[in-house]
Amino acid sequence: MALTEAEVLAGLAELVNDETGISADAVQMDKSFTDDLDIDSISMMTIVVNAEDKFGVKIPDEEVKNLITVADAVNFISSNQG
Amino acid sequence: MRRVVITGLGATTPLGGDVASSWEALLQGKSGISTLEQDWVAKYELPVTFAGQAKVSADAILTPQEQKRLDPSSQFALISARQAWLDAGEPEVEPERLGVDFATGIGGVWTLLDAFETLKERGPRRVLPMTVPMLMPNGPAAAIGMALGARAGVRTAVSACASGNEAIANGYHRILSGEADVIIAGGAEAAIHPLPIAAFAAMHALSKRNDEPERASRPYDTDRDGFVMGEGAGSVVMETLESAQARGAQIYCEIVGSSVTSDAYHITAPDPEGAGAARAMISALEMAGVSISDVEHVNAHATSTPVGDIAEYTALKRVFGSHTEELIVSATKASTGHLLGGAGAVEAIFTILALKHQLAPGTINLENQDSEIPLNVPAKPHALSRKDAVAISNSFGFGGHNAVLAFRNI
Repeated sequence: MALTEAEVLAGLAELVNDETGISADAVQMDKSFTDDLDIDSISMMTIVVNAEDKFGVKIPDEEVKNLITVADAVNFISSNQG
Repeated sequence: MRRVVITGLGATTPLGGDVASSWEALLQGKSGISTLEQDWVAKYELPVTFAGQAKVSADAILTPQEQKRLDPSSQFALISARQAWLDAGEPEVEPERLGVDFATGIGGVWTLLDAFETLKERGPRRVLPMTVPMLMPNGPAAAIGMALGARAGVRTAVSACASGNEAIANGYHRILSGEADVIIAGGAEAAIHPLPIAAFAAMHALSKRNDEPERASRPYDTDRDGFVMGEGAGSVVMETLESAQARGAQIYCEIVGSSVTSDAYHITAPDPEGAGAARAMISALEMAGVSISDVEHVNAHATSTPVGDIAEYTALKRVFGSHTEELIVSATKASTGHLLGGAGAVEAIFTILALKHQLAPGTINLENQDSEIPLNVPAKPHALSRKDAVAISNSFGFGGHNAVLAFRNI
């Protein structure tokens, strides 16, 4: 069964916290990964790899550059869950 | 000429999670060696089932993010460097005048081999992006440089078991030459992994005293049968005497000489004549401007291998002649095991503390001293008599590397 948007957000926030130490509460839909959360490219790639595992989705490299905000990522994951 | 002093020490070793507890355990004659409980020991049927694991796990100290982004060797390096920096009173120095000279013998072997497992089992997509920066041998130096804001160059010495001494020698020379004013130097290793254990065992370098791990590392003893792997790190803060005095810093001692030579003899066997090792000791003492009779204490390389211990004795005899028997020798690997790229740094710290406390640590497990090695190696801590004593610390490595440091009380 597909996860709700809120569940995807919570799971993603957990991955961000795990990788960077940023509080999960700070990971909100309107936040930009680089500008607001200050996540560097290596951490971003690590989060992507871990998100693929966690949510059972494939996030192609060319898609990663379109994931500017947390909402972009949550939407992509929600609409591509297997 | 600039004079260079030691103003900070940090360590995490099989004997303790910091310098004070490691030194205390060493003086008490404790062993940091124990049976490995990890399931991979039985899984791979390793011929050696013990080692000197760090007494305090890095997990207990570093943040989860630091652990995730640093190979265990860099984790130990960072822990020891932060301790040394605090111990030195966090000197105020321009970042452009602060450098790092750090060492590892093997590098990020855990990261490398874990990543290869991931590649084999789950494919390239699952190999983490931090893999290369974590496995590279300059990782420990870079981690310290980032943490302390060092911009005068962050360099790495890689010369197997001589690495730690070579890094300290390099840092010392950088202050002498005026390239930097303060240097954090040392070495780290975290290679207690099934592959290095299997590989060192394959060359018959390791002790196989599986039933008595605490008694396995026994330099100079007739029953020594190889070295015991250890892990951890040591760091020292070095600066000019002038700057240490100006800021009223504690001064442990002065580093008065160093030398790095090479055997060009055999990739792993020491030159049985000890010529290269002897040259390193002689040039370190010449640089210090002291005579051999000024040397009272030696922290020997003494890994507990049958040939290595004799070769070092031969080298000592070449250098010190009849003064050899006057030397108070400590073989501290008997307690710590062999920290490979971290060994020189940890032993430099023990040498520095021996001068500070005028007390040479005892050497455990020396029950029947090899008659071919008639050195004075006290079992218990032994007082040093001269306040202005000079002490040297030797480290030698596969590849024919010889690195010697000389220290003197101020």
